[in-house]
Amino acid sequence: MLSKILKRIAISIPVLVGVVLAIFIMLRIVPGDPVTTMMGEHVNPAVIEKISREMGLDQPLIVQFFRYVANALRGDFGTSYRLNRNVTQIILDAFPNTVKLSLLAAAVAWVIGIVAGIVAAIQQNKLLDRLFMGSALLGVSMPVFMTALVLQYVFAFKLKWFPVSGFDSLKAMILPAIALGWNSAGSIARMTRSNLVEVMQNDFIRTARAKGLREQGVIVGHALKNAMLPVVTMMALQLSSMLSGAVLTESVFGVPGIGRLAVNGIETRDMPLLQGTVVFTTILIILGNLIADLLYNVLDPRIREDG
Amino acid sequence: MKDERQEGRADGMEEGGKIPKPDTMAMDAQLGEADTWADKLRTLVRQNKMAAVSAVVIVLMILVAVFAPWVAPYDHLAQSLTERLQDPSAAHWLGTDELGRDVFSRIIFGARISLTIGLVPTLISMAIGTVLGLCAGFYGGKTDFIIMRLADVMLAFPSLLLAMVVMYTMGGGLINIFIALSLVNWAGTARIVRSHTLSLKEKEFVEAARSIGVKKWTIMFRHILPNCLPSLIVLFTLNIPSAILSEASLSFLGIGAQPPSASWGLMVVRGKKYLFSEPWLSIAPSVAIMIVVLAFNFLGDGLRDVLDPYLKEQ
Repeated sequence: MLSKILKRIAISIPVLVGVVLAIFIMLRIVPGDPVTTMMGEHVNPAVIEKISREMGLDQPLIVQFFRYVANALRGDFGTSYRLNRNVTQIILDAFPNTVKLSLLAAAVAWVIGIVAGIVAAIQQNKLLDRLFMGSALLGVSMPVFMTALVLQYVFAFKLKWFPVSGFDSLKAMILPAIALGWNSAGSIARMTRSNLVEVMQNDFIRTARAKGLREQGVIVGHALKNAMLPVVTMMALQLSSMLSGAVLTESVFGVPGIGRLAVNGIETRDMPLLQGTVVFTTILIILGNLIADLLYNVLDPRIREDG
Repeated sequence: MKDERQEGRADGMEEGGKIPKPDTMAMDAQLGEADTWADKLRTLVRQNKMAAVSAVVIVLMILVAVFAPWVAPYDHLAQSLTERLQDPSAAHWLGTDELGRDVFSRIIFGARISLTIGLVPTLISMAIGTVLGLCAGFYGGKTDFIIMRLADVMLAFPSLLLAMVVMYTMGGGLINIFIALSLVNWAGTARIVRSHTLSLKEKEFVEAARSIGVKKWTIMFRHILPNCLPSLIVLFTLNIPSAILSEASLSFLGIGAQPPSASWGLMVVRGKKYLFSEPWLSIAPSVAIMIVVLAFNFLGDGLRDVLDPYLKEQ
């Protein structure tokens, strides 16, 4: 078991390095000199050269890469071209908002998804099942920004239950969280239903029923435990994918989170900012997936024994 | 030692060296090959009405996109500032936008962009994924290791962020979205084709081909690839909506299609400014995106049940 976990962690390290290298290379093959892009075309070449030297951009690419990794390991993602502030600090200021949004959205997705999935499985092929599964597929197919805009229009503008934008109170966080979680709720509901339906056909369920257990007891005590294993992993994976999905929700509701930083980085051609946010988010997602994987190992005794 | 005659000949021949006539019907049924493509299509229509309806919706959308200039009531780029921001009416079914352009006509022309983005980059990325997956599975060893670690790196990226980085490098615009999406989404296909290849290359027909000296590339592309096709078709159908959503998202964020393009994502973000006074400006193109994505999802689900139940397990 321990060796399996260590092996899984060891596999993640080259992937992490690969991801950072890939982002680094992609952002450096941008046509044009980054300092010229930052300062504008009509600046004295001597000034541009001086700034390039100060920022280490005159060094060979491989030196720049190792310097970047060494700094990143110390928690330094460089200085933003436009804001002239430390990127790490900018990210750390925005990060709590994205985390709050993702956690709330995950809670929405888990609760709605699991409840809808269980009800649909119990009512298999009846009206409620079709209704829930239809809405789940609708949820999966709706673009995040559409959900966000519809919620904003109906609940913030027409009904005035929530503020239109901002992220300073719990009330303001509810609509963005639903918008972001809606999509995942659909996939969790679909998976919960299909797993539960499959588990309910097992012999141990028939045994539980035969010994006179009530249907509720069969589902909660026996079926659900077995059906939820893959769902738990999926829930963990969804949480990490929300970190990147937050880009769109943040943009609609004006949430000052990491996604907004990445979009700003692109709009203002601020390479260190974009690089920092993408590297930071991707590392978090890789770690999230690693935890999901390990969680599955811990939860499922069948896998544990195989290892 | 048991008498071979009592047990039946081990080499499968009948007594006297005659080759027995194989019960082809039974064998076909066993291998699941009795179903022709037409049979499978019939099963799909019978079993899954939504998939069939979705297929019709998709065909209609493709026709509308192809014949857009004839179907659309107005020119999608024609501005009329005296008619700006009009409510839906008989003359303009979905109203007009901030430059007085007919929203319905723009949605019809937008179908061209969305469907092309859905089909072409998906096809390119899947072609890349298929070739890499075949090579990884067939050659194994170092080739497999390098390709799969590359795939791991690609899969570790959240695809929207990766596409954003590529768009930063290349700049906005539809052609660049084409390139970004083609380069970004090959890894999933590579993984699935690899796992198919790994099991297929151990099969007798591949061994037979090898033993008569068929070239490796011929084995890969003429013997193994056709057996991966059902999975690839399902995967293709299910990858199309995510490509369409990626384009819409990138355009929505302002780093995809540029004005005056009639991209649905761009229409949504341009309409967002008028959400509270003219909600249809952003809701109508969103609904168009949802319908096309929903149709492909339904069709993909249906096809998967008929063609490749194995993929569901993954």
